[in-house]
Amino acid sequence: MVVDDKLISHLAELAKLEFSDTERVEIKKDLEKIFSFMEQLNAVNTDNVAPLIYVNDDVDVVREDIVDHPITKEEALSNAPIHDSDYIKVPKFVTHRS
Amino acid sequence: MELTVYDKYEAVIGLEVHAQLLTKSKIYSADSTEYGASPNTQISAITLAMPGTLPKLNNEVIDMAIKVGLALNCKITEVNEFARKHYFYADLPKGYQITQDKTPICTQGHIEIEVAGKKNNIGITRIHMEEDAGKNNHELDPFFSLVDLNRAGMPLIEIVSEPDIRSSDEAYSYLTELRKLLRYLDVCDGNMEEGSMRCDANISVRLKGSTTFGTRVEVKNMNSIRNVKRAIDGEFKRQIDLIESGQEVLQQTRGFNPADGSTAALRSKELANDYRYFPEPDLPPVIVKQKRVDSVKSLMPPLPSELVEKFTSELELSAYDAGVLTDEKDIALYYLDLISKTKNYKAAANWIMGEVKSYLNQNAIEIKDFILTPNHIFSIIELVDKGIVSSSGAKRLFEAMIEQPTVSASDLAAQLNLVQNSDTDQLKSWAEAALQKYPEKVLEYQGGKKGILGLFMGEVMKISGGQADPKSTNKILQELLNS
Repeated sequence: MVVDDKLISHLAELAKLEFSDTERVEIKKDLEKIFSFMEQLNAVNTDNVAPLIYVNDDVDVVREDIVDHPITKEEALSNAPIHDSDYIKVPKFVTHRS
Repeated sequence: MELTVYDKYEAVIGLEVHAQLLTKSKIYSADSTEYGASPNTQISAITLAMPGTLPKLNNEVIDMAIKVGLALNCKITEVNEFARKHYFYADLPKGYQITQDKTPICTQGHIEIEVAGKKNNIGITRIHMEEDAGKNNHELDPFFSLVDLNRAGMPLIEIVSEPDIRSSDEAYSYLTELRKLLRYLDVCDGNMEEGSMRCDANISVRLKGSTTFGTRVEVKNMNSIRNVKRAIDGEFKRQIDLIESGQEVLQQTRGFNPADGSTAALRSKELANDYRYFPEPDLPPVIVKQKRVDSVKSLMPPLPSELVEKFTSELELSAYDAGVLTDEKDIALYYLDLISKTKNYKAAANWIMGEVKSYLNQNAIEIKDFILTPNHIFSIIELVDKGIVSSSGAKRLFEAMIEQPTVSASDLAAQLNLVQNSDTDQLKSWAEAALQKYPEKVLEYQGGKKGILGLFMGEVMKISGGQADPKSTNKILQELLNS
């Protein structure tokens, strides 16, 4: 896989991150390393191997529709870097998504 | 009507409806789903995507999705898997939404709609289960956007139609029918204003007769069925105007502005979203066997289409009456209860569609909050059928019953002097009094002016204070006059 500027821009946009030009050079190197490492897996023939999604054969692991609130609002908000007594605060954004 | 340029085109519309399910707890965690709680009080470590947490599927969500699938004539998928749909947004703590991608629980269904008396089937492509995101508030704070995660993880089903819809009227009918079904099934309250039912419309236009599709525009932010119709009407014209002026329709997502019915671009789809779907390993597959589908089916309430069929064929009501009676589930249930007591199906229908509905409308109450039960209405119908109370008396009785629902209908009718007198002696003396008052009219009648009978009837009613049974009075008057 070719790591070019377009790919880095695309990934940056998806991750909502901004990089300087020097950072982009570093990221390009890192990504190339990661890809070439992963590409070693291509050496293995997996033609007749089904993809492994689940680590065991369990099915139908469900819960009944019962309400439980193990944590309080204060506990919930305590991990947010910025918050008031009710809300988590994040940098202002107005864009829409699908 | 003169043809305009718009008449050359037809709309091609597909609708995506998100319905919030009426479970008690969220789809992958046990937090409450109650509406209107104060911000961030209905959240858990799973909702917050804390490291080491695992989602666990709410079993009720599956049953509800199956119900909707069966009501929409869908195939139910046996092996249900979940997938991660990735995007970064402040109201989505995990950075991905757990949804279904390749194995939606329901596929290949259809729903019948009706526009101007013409019935038509609209295909249902798929229904899948997924979680809702939280809510953002951009107004309360001048410097920050505020995030409330109470809604994050609320159970949703997304119902996707085929692009079979050809007009805003068809879209209106589709949504009305779909909402009716969701409410009958008790799986969603269908409240678009509060966002528990949401609709996105995919709209394109093409020349009539063409079989290819135009460029598709997605329109969002409609908070009522009427606004979906307005958005489609506006978008239909906008796209045709572009084409007719030699411009191009861009593939876009547009937001609806309820103030003037217009739409405006939200963002261009050229930077296509890359959701990087992949299988969700944290939720094992759910196997839905035919046995489960059958058991869900056996517990389903009667659907409006089944009731319309029953009302028109078994009870011989008109299609119009059947439509009115099945429009709302609670009205239909009230009617079903009432006709389990009386065989006078038409009278029962007339009472509900007439006096009961107009009382409910005037007082802005729902039938489930109505003070009179089907038993009350039954007792009125019975008094009328037995000739004890006249139909106009019954209306007064109805009003009085609302004031005094604990008094029996017959006691109340007696109190109000509404009991019709069919005692022959009493009727005879009233009739004689009426005839004595107009001796010259009696001669006219006997001379052949039979129409004058109505005058005597009116006089008897006046003398009796409305208590005279009209049928018997009519007979006695004729006997006296012809003797």
